[in-house]
Amino acid sequence: MAHDAARQRATRRVGWGQRLSRWDLKISPYLYVSPFFLLFAIFGAFPLLYNIVVALHDWHRRAGMGEFVGFDNFSWVLEQPLFWRSLENTLSIFLWGGIPQLVLALLIAAILDQNLRVKTFWRMSVLVPFVVMPVATAMIFGQVFGQFGLLVPNLQELGILDHVASPFFQDRLLSHMAIGSMIVFRWTGYNALILLAAMQAVPRELYEAATVDGASRMRQFFSVTIPNIRPTMVFVILTMTIGGLQVFDEARMFDGGGTGGGKGGADNQWTTVVLYLYELGFGDWQDRLGQAAAVGWILALIIGVVSIGNFLLTRSISSSSAKPSRVSKSQRNAVIAQARAVAAESERKAREAGVATIIGRATSTDDPRAADVDQSKEGVNR
Amino acid sequence: MSTGYIENVAGPGAVKYAQKRAARGKPARSYNPSSRRPGWFTYAVLAVIFVVSVFPLYASAMYGSSTTQEIARSVGTLPTWLPTLQLYENFGEVLGASQFNFWTAFLNSLLVAVSVSAATVFFSTLAGFSFSKLTFRGRQVLYVTVIASMAIPAQIGTIPMFIMMNDFGWIDSLLALTVPSLVGAFGVFWMTQYLQEALPFELIEAARVDGASLYRTFWAIAMPAARPAAATLALFTFVGSWNSFFWPSVVMRSQLTMPLIIPQLKGAFTSDTGLVMSGVFLVAAPLLIVFVLAGKQLVAGVMAGAVKG
Repeated sequence: MAHDAARQRATRRVGWGQRLSRWDLKISPYLYVSPFFLLFAIFGAFPLLYNIVVALHDWHRRAGMGEFVGFDNFSWVLEQPLFWRSLENTLSIFLWGGIPQLVLALLIAAILDQNLRVKTFWRMSVLVPFVVMPVATAMIFGQVFGQFGLLVPNLQELGILDHVASPFFQDRLLSHMAIGSMIVFRWTGYNALILLAAMQAVPRELYEAATVDGASRMRQFFSVTIPNIRPTMVFVILTMTIGGLQVFDEARMFDGGGTGGGKGGADNQWTTVVLYLYELGFGDWQDRLGQAAAVGWILALIIGVVSIGNFLLTRSISSSSAKPSRVSKSQRNAVIAQARAVAAESERKAREAGVATIIGRATSTDDPRAADVDQSKEGVNR
Repeated sequence: MSTGYIENVAGPGAVKYAQKRAARGKPARSYNPSSRRPGWFTYAVLAVIFVVSVFPLYASAMYGSSTTQEIARSVGTLPTWLPTLQLYENFGEVLGASQFNFWTAFLNSLLVAVSVSAATVFFSTLAGFSFSKLTFRGRQVLYVTVIASMAIPAQIGTIPMFIMMNDFGWIDSLLALTVPSLVGAFGVFWMTQYLQEALPFELIEAARVDGASLYRTFWAIAMPAARPAAATLALFTFVGSWNSFFWPSVVMRSQLTMPLIIPQLKGAFTSDTGLVMSGVFLVAAPLLIVFVLAGKQLVAGVMAGAVKG
């Protein structure tokens, strides 16, 4: 009797559990993704829309929302010489920080893409700048580029500079180069590792084929490596663009902040757009949230345009240089198969003629090499 | 071996190459760049890169080891090449400065970075589990939304976010730094990609057959499987949160985080470059310790991110 009751209870529990389980399967997937969407709605999507409202109103920090002004904020911003100056500065710093960064990253990746001893150590060493706080980097570089720093007195000695004070804080172009160098310092190693990962995925047969055809290592780099890592290069350039046009930390701390500092120089030589936005909204200049919101929209537009431009540019440049080796996968496989057939054929002939062949040796090393490539890929995934 | 034979099997280019190698006295050992050992020049270049990478922090420590007089005398060079006891004195002065409280800032930064990374890992893995292994209506659309949201430049929302924080009363509160970044699109994307490969459906089915609820399945099966990617995600989130400067300088007033100490340094120790630089070193050093412990993982993370795109 008691036994029966227990069984009855057990079956009833299973039934209830099944219903719960079905409910669990239906609702839980949504529940699990909801934290992201909740947060994104509140702190991602809503501010984006709200920004339009703010940009269309007279808005101050303490007074809050003022009257509707239409596009006055936008036209006000576009009439400010300082806005245009900051835009020029941003683009110039972007170029000074971006182009050397890309070239150096490619170079470092190519250097790292070899059979190095203590591989991990060298890879780690290029990533050190990435974890150094950008504002700290800016302070230290500011010291190095300063009047009594490491650079200026030596350049004066060599006769390259004839200024008395440090020109890096006076001259517009030189200040852009100095800030660009901080960006190069921070991101080159990071991007080099990304490019390195892409380079290691390039099939090693291609290099072998190029070597056999007599291509120098330089030629191999430009005709085999670069075309093959094109998608990754597009990725690197796009992230570089989005980040590079929002420079703030380096520009703000270049002169060390302090009283009256951090605004991009006495003459706004290195005020960037985001620094301009910051000063408009929260700095000493004014308390103009409406106008600052307008700057935000204009900046987003510029980032979009430059990103698309860069995307098209990289695509066209690397595809024109890729022509010599742009073959489809099936074509490549066909060529490799053909070469193998020729090799096997000549090997057979040679064996018939009783000659020891180099080809025989080449095919015997084939498999270990393939294993090697697989291993390096595994290492990447890990 | 005759060149004719090489020409026969590998073409005229190979002959030219073989002759060139022979003229230089180096036989063609291997065509494969992955097995060729690089020469000393490569290591020299790498050594230069290493020196450049660590130089700024080293320089800050050297400036921090010097008095104002020594720095004034050392025009065009570092004041010292080895750290001195002056560094500890300067550290003491920075830690005890009255203009800002170093330890409060340190704890603030730690609190924010730890809670942001922990929450990001948890919510990202949860969402990644759902996106990669569960079926539900609208999954594709929602996942595309996640990816698309990554392309939005963060700075656009600054002004409305500030107004919201003001309305919430979160200005000068650590909540303003923590809550908006509890989970991000990148983390969800990263964990989804990882779990897609790392977690076999069979395991989930087995857990379901054994009567585990979905949440239990997530906690006992998906979470352990996701550990390597989760650790990397935690590291990157930690570094990003610790170093972030723009948003904290918008919403914080008197409460400081580590990066916010930096602008205070010059005001606090006006002309004493040694003190300022020792402060810079102190602020930047903690992450260096993290890097020494987990740099390998960071490297693997950067490279894996590149492959998965």
